[in-house]
Amino acid sequence: MVSHAIEVRNLYKIFGPRGGDYVDAVKNGLGKAELNQQYGHVLGLRDINISMPAGGIMVVMGLSGSGKSTLIRHINRLIDPTAGEVLYDGVDVCRMSENDLREFRRHKTAMVFQKFALLPHRTVLENTVYGLEIQGIGQAEREKRAKQWIERVGLAGFENHYPNQLSGGMQQRVGLARALTNDADILLMDEAYSALDPLIRVDMQTVLLDLQKELKKTVVFITHDLDEALRLGDKIAILRDGMVVQQGTGQEIVLNPADEYITAFVKEVNRGRVVNVETIMAPLAGNPQGMPIAKGTVLETAARAMTGANQTQAHVVDEAGRPIGAIDIGAIISSMVTPTSHEAKAAA
Amino acid sequence: MAGLCDSLPVFLCKFPAFSDASIRAVRKTVDDGFKGLVRSYVNAIDAMVQPLQWFLNYLERLFVTSPWPIILLILLAIVYFASRNTKIVIGTAASMLVIGMLGLWNDTMVTLAMVTVCTLIAIVIGIPIGIAMARSDRVQGFINPILDVMQTMPSFVYLIPVVMIFGIGKVPGLIAVVIYAVPPMIRLTNLGIRLVDKEVLEAADAFGSSAWQKLKNVQMPLALPTIMAGINQTIMMSLAMVVVASMVGVGGLGKNVLQAINNQFFTVGFLNGFALVAIAIIFDRTSQAYGRRLQKHSEVIHG
Repeated sequence: MVSHAIEVRNLYKIFGPRGGDYVDAVKNGLGKAELNQQYGHVLGLRDINISMPAGGIMVVMGLSGSGKSTLIRHINRLIDPTAGEVLYDGVDVCRMSENDLREFRRHKTAMVFQKFALLPHRTVLENTVYGLEIQGIGQAEREKRAKQWIERVGLAGFENHYPNQLSGGMQQRVGLARALTNDADILLMDEAYSALDPLIRVDMQTVLLDLQKELKKTVVFITHDLDEALRLGDKIAILRDGMVVQQGTGQEIVLNPADEYITAFVKEVNRGRVVNVETIMAPLAGNPQGMPIAKGTVLETAARAMTGANQTQAHVVDEAGRPIGAIDIGAIISSMVTPTSHEAKAAA
Repeated sequence: MAGLCDSLPVFLCKFPAFSDASIRAVRKTVDDGFKGLVRSYVNAIDAMVQPLQWFLNYLERLFVTSPWPIILLILLAIVYFASRNTKIVIGTAASMLVIGMLGLWNDTMVTLAMVTVCTLIAIVIGIPIGIAMARSDRVQGFINPILDVMQTMPSFVYLIPVVMIFGIGKVPGLIAVVIYAVPPMIRLTNLGIRLVDKEVLEAADAFGSSAWQKLKNVQMPLALPTIMAGINQTIMMSLAMVVVASMVGVGGLGKNVLQAINNQFFTVGFLNGFALVAIAIIFDRTSQAYGRRLQKHSEVIHG
């Protein structure tokens, strides 16, 4: 199974009975507030262009009302766009016939929901087989496959429980098992962990990251929590009022926030856990000094290793062990604290 | 007031109605037209309702001619497996025995057969219409006023066209009862499906369910408790209506009540009335206990 990238191009969504009539006006600069006041239509998404990496985790972040849940529903077309296209493997999801769309949903996508959306009258096992059941796969086969995933998400022994007998975290594990059992290329997670307690949320993030290491699905993850976004996202897009404000890797967003809105967001972030050593390393001058630190290590880990070894100098090495840069403890500490320029911007 | 009317034009004091003659003409045209219509299709109508007649007669004969202990045991078994509640079973046994000892066994069986057939027909008609209403606001907008009329029109009034079309007998009674008893079935099916959690429906869509799969796997199972309440209401209303339907020739407890009313037989009236109440309570408690059992899995145990 090779997962492909998802390309979202020029996507617009205007909610209301005659949304299509206002696309041109919105393209020419009609704002969300005016559209609502003058025409009674709600601007959901405006000119969204995102390419979601194949086999990676794409996080779409935004506060409530930013359009992030609307965006994820365009990928399996639970919501029809007003204009624009969503391409997967060269096919525009928005132009599929009803039958093609149903097949696409059955075989290519699986979704996890914020409020779990499990069937209350079915047991954990019966919920997990749902996707395979509607594909018409035989009972023995689908239960065999479902049981593997129930075990993978840590629910072995709960197969015959009903969802209401489980805690929220366990219910979402069922939701995840149901999605994974579908064996689809695309995994859509709509604020999947937002309803969970912080500790369980971190736990579930770890489950997802572990699974992703071997599955390499194209995951689209919606969240309003920047820490979650930075932990999970290979790529992050930040949405505000239906528009993409910034997109890039976690480091890019933390180090170069596009505007005050994002600056305010990233102010509270623990930069030591986001920024990698190669981002701040200096070019090698002469022989590599101190201890080697692998490329891709975050600053906090590097600082811990260096203080543990009682060293102030270190050099960064690539996968092959070749030194590619130099770093010292002072540079690490100054990069871990929020720069004053950001503090000033956020305060302004 | 009379003083005021003296000084006003007549049409303000006496409502300007159509003349008696023109109303009579309209009435006669409609009535004759309807009768003519019925007369020309009498064979087709008879052929259509014949299966109902057979089914009803068969069930009635089965209930009345089978030895009473067998019927009683079957009834108790049904009550037990539906409710899993020994109290309800004991109550059922006690009330059926009292009914038997009062000499009302056969009449009760006739009524039971009638109510069973009516309820089955109401379910078969009601659930598809309810589903159709739940799927489309236009269908709902069209059917709702019809249901309003069916429920508020005095039941005696629609006995008139029923008798004109089908004559006197069990089947017209049955049709009258079904007309009276089917609205809650339709309404609660519609309501139950419309109340199904939108998130769960969205999940069903996201996994690529077809409309039929959604109905079968999500909407019907989740609406089932509400639909059960509809069945319960339908049974209660059928029981209430069998008394009225006895005026057009339905036998059983209702006929006894009707005779008691005509002859002022106080005791007979109440004994038969209480027998109806007993059946109603048995049906009600059993179907409610069954409905609760269906919902058992949705009880929150922890979390």
